[in-house]
Amino acid sequence: MVPLSWYILLGVVLFVIGAAGVLLRRNILVVLMSLELLLNSVNINFIAFGHYHGDLRGRIFAIFVIAITAAEVAVALGILVALVRNKSTLKVDDVTMMKG
Amino acid sequence: MGQGFFLLFAAVSVITALMVVLARNPIHSALALMACFLQISAIFVLLGAPLLAVIQIFVYVGAIMVLFLFVIMMIDVREAVLQRFVPGGNLPALVLLGLLGIEMLALVLWSDRFSVTEPVAASGGDEIRQLGTTLFADYLLPFEVASVILLAALVGAIVLARRESG
Repeated sequence: MVPLSWYILLGVVLFVIGAAGVLLRRNILVVLMSLELLLNSVNINFIAFGHYHGDLRGRIFAIFVIAITAAEVAVALGILVALVRNKSTLKVDDVTMMKG
Repeated sequence: MGQGFFLLFAAVSVITALMVVLARNPIHSALALMACFLQISAIFVLLGAPLLAVIQIFVYVGAIMVLFLFVIMMIDVREAVLQRFVPGGNLPALVLLGLLGIEMLALVLWSDRFSVTEPVAASGGDEIRQLGTTLFADYLLPFEVASVILLAALVGAIVLARRESG
């Protein structure tokens, strides 16, 4: 059977790739997609731990993560549409309205 | 057999995740992300959680990615940034990522707490029934909070996307 550490390692690799997308890319759309990747790697860890320790709570929290992700994407894409309508840019570096 | 399937799904998901980050066109990123989510749902099936795999396909591939593709088609990507991705563009972030990855890999590989190979035998009975009982009995308050958050997100998205009419 597959050891638990393999699933954790897959979660680590996907997390690092998603963090690279968030930190290195300058396109807001790709940054949002990398955020989804981060949340999915965390979901893999939740379900793997829950499976190997015979606990249902991992799955419960994965369901919550998925639900909150849906809400987050709806709001983020709404903000994105409003942003593009007002400033017509997709670069994260150009969006400095919140800077003090 | 399980190991072969796991290696296949893990390899394809890592490759598609790299394509998400490295692709130049956001539509290519979205399609690669869709493929990655399908592989992850297959991994959920390997982990004995078929309900989560179905939810993953419905919510992520069916709803979130379609939303992403709609938005990408709605805003004009051609005039937007189609710049090539340079890995050395942001050196401190790259170094930080490398350190983070090495640290997490070392922690997982050195620890012996993750070397379980056999899952604990789940208590008998219907799995979905147990999941529902746990969700609606022990985690009722977080469930209600999540529903309120979803409602707030719905209202917020409508207000944000509506054209200002004075």
